[in-house]
Amino acid sequence: MPELLLELFSEEIPARMQAKAADDLRRMVTDKLVAEGLVYEGAKAFATPRRLALTVHGIPARQPDLKTERRGPKVGAPDAAVQGFLKATGLKSLDEAKIQRDPKGDFYIGLIEKPGRDAIDVLAEILPVIIRTFPWPKSMRWGARSGKPGSLSWVRPLHAITATFGLETEEPDVVKFEVDGIETGQTTYGHRFMAPEAISVRRFEDYEAKLKAAKVILDPQARKDIIFADAKELTFAQGFELVEDQVLLDEVSGLVEWPIVMMGSFEEEYLAIPEEVIRATIRNNQKCFVVRDSKTGKLTNKFVLTANIEATDGGKVIVSGNERVIRPRLSDAKFFYETDLKTKLEDRLPKFEQIVFHEKLGTQAARIKRIERLAAEIAPLVGADVAKATRAAHLAKADLLTEVVGEFPEVQGLMGRYYAKAQGEDDSVAAACEEHYKPQGPADRVPTDPVSVAVALADKIDTLVGFWAIDEKPTGSKDPYALRRAALGVIRLIAENALRLSLMKVAASALAGLSVNPADAQKLPSDLLAFFADRLKVQLREQGARHDLVDAVFALGGQDDLLMIVRRVDALGKFLDSDDGKNLLAGTKRASNILSIEEKKDKRSFDGAPDAALYSLAEEKALAKAIGEVKAEASAAVAKEDFAAAMSAMAKLRPPVDAFFDKVRVNDDDAKVRENRLKLLNEIRSATRAVADFSKIQD
Amino acid sequence: MDASLPAHMRPERSFQGFILALQRFWAEQGCVILQPYDMEMGAGTFHPATTLRALGPKPWNAAYVQPSRRPKDGRYGENPNRMQHYYQFQVIMKPSPPNLQELYLKSLAAIGIDSAVHDIRFVEDDWESPTLGAWGLGWECWCDGMEVSQFTYFQQVAGFECAPVAGELTYGLERLAMYVQGVDRVYDLNFNGREGDAKVTYGDVFLQAEREYSKHNFEVADTAMLFEQFKMAEAACRKYLDAGWKDDKREAHLMALPAYDQCIKASHVFNLLDARGVISVTERQSYILRVRELAKACGEAWIHTEAGGAA
Repeated sequence: MPELLLELFSEEIPARMQAKAADDLRRMVTDKLVAEGLVYEGAKAFATPRRLALTVHGIPARQPDLKTERRGPKVGAPDAAVQGFLKATGLKSLDEAKIQRDPKGDFYIGLIEKPGRDAIDVLAEILPVIIRTFPWPKSMRWGARSGKPGSLSWVRPLHAITATFGLETEEPDVVKFEVDGIETGQTTYGHRFMAPEAISVRRFEDYEAKLKAAKVILDPQARKDIIFADAKELTFAQGFELVEDQVLLDEVSGLVEWPIVMMGSFEEEYLAIPEEVIRATIRNNQKCFVVRDSKTGKLTNKFVLTANIEATDGGKVIVSGNERVIRPRLSDAKFFYETDLKTKLEDRLPKFEQIVFHEKLGTQAARIKRIERLAAEIAPLVGADVAKATRAAHLAKADLLTEVVGEFPEVQGLMGRYYAKAQGEDDSVAAACEEHYKPQGPADRVPTDPVSVAVALADKIDTLVGFWAIDEKPTGSKDPYALRRAALGVIRLIAENALRLSLMKVAASALAGLSVNPADAQKLPSDLLAFFADRLKVQLREQGARHDLVDAVFALGGQDDLLMIVRRVDALGKFLDSDDGKNLLAGTKRASNILSIEEKKDKRSFDGAPDAALYSLAEEKALAKAIGEVKAEASAAVAKEDFAAAMSAMAKLRPPVDAFFDKVRVNDDDAKVRENRLKLLNEIRSATRAVADFSKIQD
Repeated sequence: MDASLPAHMRPERSFQGFILALQRFWAEQGCVILQPYDMEMGAGTFHPATTLRALGPKPWNAAYVQPSRRPKDGRYGENPNRMQHYYQFQVIMKPSPPNLQELYLKSLAAIGIDSAVHDIRFVEDDWESPTLGAWGLGWECWCDGMEVSQFTYFQQVAGFECAPVAGELTYGLERLAMYVQGVDRVYDLNFNGREGDAKVTYGDVFLQAEREYSKHNFEVADTAMLFEQFKMAEAACRKYLDAGWKDDKREAHLMALPAYDQCIKASHVFNLLDARGVISVTERQSYILRVRELAKACGEAWIHTEAGGAA
């Protein structure tokens, strides 16, 4: 079956947009093909800095014919109706129509055949629309046509469109269309410098091969592989090791069509700069990789660059040029670092009085004071030294005002640690300068040093309570202050360090430290708690655990000890995986259902202890006894925070509950007996509440 | 490169030869070669030949050197490549020609950058000038890892859509010349291409000025006067804009250029105040906004003038 080749040749596409653009192109074209009844066999899209390319194979040459029947007027209907029918169906006369009999009489039926169109014509129709509506994150106009309304928008000026369609065995046809003055053809161009000539292409196979001959590697993955392998080999050959960096590799592969990997070096004196700063300088500004000495594990004075050209001098000029650029950059970084070391962190703090954190939440200085106070309060709860936690909170933000962090925001915190150590702070205090930002996301490490934990919690809880107080909560996809991440951070800090903390109390204390007085201050801590519950659910869902159990535990009320909640959810999950758990849940639900029906009927609830004198059947007595025992046992276990034991106790309820439903008719003719049995059912419900609200658990 | 050039005029030997080579190249592409605008400004884009001429439907091709004054970037002549005064070479072509990238690469060849041995790259860089109410898409152009030019397709200027779009190239002249001459310190650039006693360096021409202006910009510039000047320039700009309308119909404007001069003035005065550190973070935003309002009003006037309006 025929295949399509499409290439959109343009000026340089930003590296960060290429992968998504290739994907969008594939998706848009294949979706449209399928919608047009052209079911294809496979498709693949590619991007280089100068082109987006797509190949779709196994496209039928024609759309299938469409046959539809249309019911017309009754036989013998007035001429106007007949004429209308003929016109609508395109039939020449009623002779061409069938007659169909149904209970209402004989009717004319017109058969309309819509022949399928040639796929190439369908493509000529859909491709220009896709190009005109392509979802670039940012697009632009250019050239003389941009003076007129309706001119094409593309990521950068679009120069040529190759579009061919045909069988492997034959010369393909050009899919003819035109977009903003650019007519499709089968001409593309090679590497900008090494092979700029026009190339005539027929289909994907020769297209990819001819591009390769013209110094263009079409497949981004192939470019990545080349860069990675060459960089590893080049460094290895000299006894070094490449510092791998996937994000940088992605970007670099989007900046070249013909990657040539080379190694340069810089003066050893710059190795006195912290490694992370060297790396940030070389990576961010120059898009080069840094290199480690495989023996010492430390950075060496080498870097790996990726050029886009096989230079005629073997790359000497390129390497020395890059070295000349990196040198002053490192020199700046070194200067910044050494300048920073001259000022103590605490001496930077007064400047925070001028810096607004948020207009409604005051200055950074005020925020630092709040975090200090909160960290001191949290410290004893997490086993941290109060003085150290206070000191760490005092200094933790100071590196924001250093030159190095000003230049490379991504090393915030880390630089604080370096500077704190340099001025002789305690190790824990220095570590907290870095670690109080952690965890930054679900994959980030959770700090374990109690000082770091205290400051990290204080920092995040101050942020959450502050933004809650000024009603800047996340909505939908909008979370400009990264509050969801902060809440998840709190959850992970507590759960992974097994900390006991009343969130309500800490939140109330953080609130008291704020200068704003929200209208619903009373409700705030519990609102925030609900937010934590949501985040916990999201986290459990992402781990593939049952998130509905969080609701079942929170519904008990008064739960603000995250560690206990997590443990309870965990134990409950395990219990419900067992047969006993499943059956008890079913039994409890059955009890609840019966109760709610009868409560509705009688317009009353069946609270209160059942009367033992009214039990007539053995199953009733057995159930009542079991409930009493299980309640006592489960509460004792919960009191000891042994949730697994509480669940095992619950399991004992299962046989008597099953037996009860098996043998006992709840709606007894005697109203008193009926009421007593309903009360007993209610007791099942309340017994299970020792561990969770079973009615909130999904089946 | 022109092989017939005498040694002291060759772009890799002489800063002035370098500039002349660029001017000659762009003159051959049909650009009018302008001289620098006679006002202090932070970038070549502020020149009315770019800001205003980028607006309106009429074709416009120009190239010029523009001294750029960035008071905050002064380093008392002590930094090897940061200065409060440096040169930009600016090219503007409206509408942007289809081969602008190729022209740019040829211009590099004209100043001695051979694309067979150098690694030249177009790396995404979206341009935005909050003070001018302008934005465009394009690249920073890299030569062996060094940013040597800015390449922008203007989409909007002074708050107005560019129709048609102009292409703008900005070369950092000192940086490029340093690269071509192979020097690491800007003040070591050979300015006139001569050797021995006849040699004049960039430092001979500008080092003293850098020291003096750094002192002026950071320590001495009269802030009370500057605050006053800002207000005066702002008021004058508004006044000239008001007075410039030909009649009450407000269909033709006769004084967009003098008004725009006051906008340039206000912008530079703001930069000086900023360098003196007397503008707080929150005020900073509002000053930028005030200059932008002037720029927008000037753009509005310009598109009602002969050069800026419809044919």
